[in-house]
Amino acid sequence: MILAIHAVVRPPAPLWSMTLLEVVLLTLVGAGAAVVVSARHPVRQIVLLGMYGTVLTLLFFSLQAPDVALSELCVGAVVLPLLLVVGLAKVKGKQQ
Amino acid sequence: MNPAARRWIFLVAAAAMLAFYVWGLAGLPAFGHYRGPYGYLVDHITIHQTHATGVVSAVNFFYRGFDTVGEEFILFIAAVGVATVLRALRDESENGGRGADESGSGRGAAPTSETVRTVALVYTGPVLVMGWFLTTHAQTDPSGGFQGGVVMATAIVLVYLGGEFLVFRRLSPVDVTETVESLGAGGFVMVGVGALATGASYLADVLPLGSPAGAVDASGTIALISFFVGVEVVAAFVLVVNELLEQTLVIRSRS
Repeated sequence: MILAIHAVVRPPAPLWSMTLLEVVLLTLVGAGAAVVVSARHPVRQIVLLGMYGTVLTLLFFSLQAPDVALSELCVGAVVLPLLLVVGLAKVKGKQQ
Repeated sequence: MNPAARRWIFLVAAAAMLAFYVWGLAGLPAFGHYRGPYGYLVDHITIHQTHATGVVSAVNFFYRGFDTVGEEFILFIAAVGVATVLRALRDESENGGRGADESGSGRGAAPTSETVRTVALVYTGPVLVMGWFLTTHAQTDPSGGFQGGVVMATAIVLVYLGGEFLVFRRLSPVDVTETVESLGAGGFVMVGVGALATGASYLADVLPLGSPAGAVDASGTIALISFFVGVEVVAAFVLVVNELLEQTLVIRSRS
């Protein structure tokens, strides 16, 4: 089995180098995270979080991980903002 | 301790932290380089060994299937926990005499606009089909039960958006969603126990692999586990959303 592993493993080589698209998306993800953190109004923050999830989805997709992109799209851009909005409505209802 | 001393301690600690961080970053492989043997190994043997062309699903549901059982139960326990905590809270507020017609914002929720209703109605069917496709094609395509389950749950939430809470609740009664969730989580575990019963190891792929490799009905237990995960995930998400909506009582009026 160890022989088989040695036969399969290739020497470390770059699978691909960073493209312009990836540079742009990585920058957007970094900037987006800062924007989400710096938003003060909860509703605005939730909307920004959903948009951040969408950008992160694009990054995962450009890095050839379509299944991770799909998870991020479902959870980060749809389900998480939904739960937060409903939770916010509950907190606001309690306050009155 | 005076503020000046505190600031000095912070600065020293931050500098040490920064140094370790930069040192750690410098030791990472360069972007796009991959050093481990397992990725190449898995690429090489998966299709031959499992007849699944969705290699990521084969890793998730077969090579490290036991990890995925743990992950599945994280979601299962989280959903059950949310349901349990919120239900206790609901009894509390009902004893407090709050009417069921009270909306979360303290005033009547605005009726849904025709545009939202139409869009939700148009999307419900395609989203449901998409989720079903993703759940049942983990073995051939980059998808899986987790993603498919969330997409199917989104379709049911669209019913809430386009219709009203009562329809949503009729579609997803809490005791039914809880039972379905348990069936999904339990089904995954039982696939593993079934493998034990045949004398193989836990979660071993004991079903006929089918052929050719890459066919939808090939891959043995991988497709089956993905299906159970999809069932568990759709029930868990619908349960959580259902409990939260009942809590906030954002019951939309038909008008």
